[in-house]
Amino acid sequence: MELSEQLFRHESGRIVAVLSRIFGLGNLALAEDVAQDVFCRAVEVWKLRGMPENPSAWLMKAAKNRAIDVLRRERTARTYLPELGRLFASEWTLVPAVNEYFSAETIQDDQLRMMFSCCDPALSEPTQVAMMLYLLCGFSVAEIAHAFLSKRATIEKRIERGKKALARSRTLFDMADSELPSRLSAVHAALYLLFNEGYHGSSQHAVRAELCREAIRLTALLTENPLVSRPETYALGALMCLHAARLPARIDGAGELVSLFEQDRSRWDAVLVARGNALLNHSASGSQLSEYHIEAAIAAIHSNAARVEDTDWARLVWLYDQLVEARPSPVIALNRAIAIAQRSGAQAGIDAIRAIPHSEWLASYPFFPAALAELELRAGRADDARVHFHQAIELARNPAERRYWELRAASTAQP
Amino acid sequence: MSEYVYLYRGGRRAESPAEGEQQMQAWMTWLKDLAAKGHIKDQGQPLEPEGKVVRANRSVTDGPYAESKDIIGGYTLVEAKDLAQAADLASGCPIFRYDGLVEVRPVMKM
Repeated sequence: MELSEQLFRHESGRIVAVLSRIFGLGNLALAEDVAQDVFCRAVEVWKLRGMPENPSAWLMKAAKNRAIDVLRRERTARTYLPELGRLFASEWTLVPAVNEYFSAETIQDDQLRMMFSCCDPALSEPTQVAMMLYLLCGFSVAEIAHAFLSKRATIEKRIERGKKALARSRTLFDMADSELPSRLSAVHAALYLLFNEGYHGSSQHAVRAELCREAIRLTALLTENPLVSRPETYALGALMCLHAARLPARIDGAGELVSLFEQDRSRWDAVLVARGNALLNHSASGSQLSEYHIEAAIAAIHSNAARVEDTDWARLVWLYDQLVEARPSPVIALNRAIAIAQRSGAQAGIDAIRAIPHSEWLASYPFFPAALAELELRAGRADDARVHFHQAIELARNPAERRYWELRAASTAQP
Repeated sequence: MSEYVYLYRGGRRAESPAEGEQQMQAWMTWLKDLAAKGHIKDQGQPLEPEGKVVRANRSVTDGPYAESKDIIGGYTLVEAKDLAQAADLASGCPIFRYDGLVEVRPVMKM
């Protein structure tokens, strides 16, 4: 039997969540140790005996047995939550209590509660995201650092801070807490950040696709739960699926970046587009039009256009108008300008770019000169275009971006 | 063809679930390849790291080794034409990537 992709990662999130409810968040390190033991054991056993029929069930059972062992051995050595300490004190109640914790539906809830715990308002957004990757997605500190192109020490500090905050709250977030709505917004924001790091980030392609997949998976945990599946939750899920659907076409066979206009649209992931459309339909309830709704609608226009010329640019401009109003940002204004260029011609786009307020904030954003370059080129000013492409090359964040603009700059030289 | 036992000694634990998954994939690929070439007699078993050592004076101690780098984590029974080939086949074992080693021991014939 072949190992399904990311099985260990995802099971790790489930196991750590349930164990931290059993041991209490004050004993998070113990939960991590037990989970690590389980995976190392799985490697040892499976590599020689082959994969079991149901790997997830095997891992859960191993985790449960290990948890019971630890509770027996460390019954008195550790402080557990009072209500659990009582159950664990007697051999009669210990095993049934642990069994109860490992039932399928509680595990699903535990992951959700862990997600809400990670988004503690005392923590910065990057820390919340790091904690989610660490606890729910089974990323090591080194893997998070690699994905975010950060120093290992930086991530280590974030995780330390996160663990301390979790230990202070002692138990996983209670979904009946009055703080739920505000915490849900924080969870949305953290998932959005995680997805964007994957989608726009500057680390290598494979890592980024994985971050996007994780963001989609965690968002699905929310949409599957009636308690937290709000219209904006569906919209968030929709925008992720609709954007991620285009990921396979963003890099061509030679590993070069391909712009939206030149992508081979047959390589877009039709399943993700369909899922995104379905989520977008679900999101259309209630009276609130969140930024996620607008972004999802924008992504839907692109991902449902079979050819570039099928894109409804007028509607895109309108949606970008809404988005700029909701969240004034030069990056969004830049995208709006590109849509205007498509709708009303290159010069209109250039004028819109020149009119972006606070465009100095884009001074280090390579897509700013790159967009200008493309439009100047279309307006027939190859020399201006070349200058802007060279600015983009200077600002490129990775070799793929640099190569892409080098090729574009070279193309301006041709008659 | 003669029989040989591979004893897997030591080997660092995976630091993340993803690394564990990679380790396992690598092992499965290696063993599958050996099996396809007809070298696997018995894929073998993993061994618990803890155990007891029993000595002549009936003393029973925890063991067998204190140091994790010496612990045998499992074994496989292979067939090869000679010790040199058995050793050569072992050289592809993923355990080397994780600071472990393979001890290749001929099974006594007579």
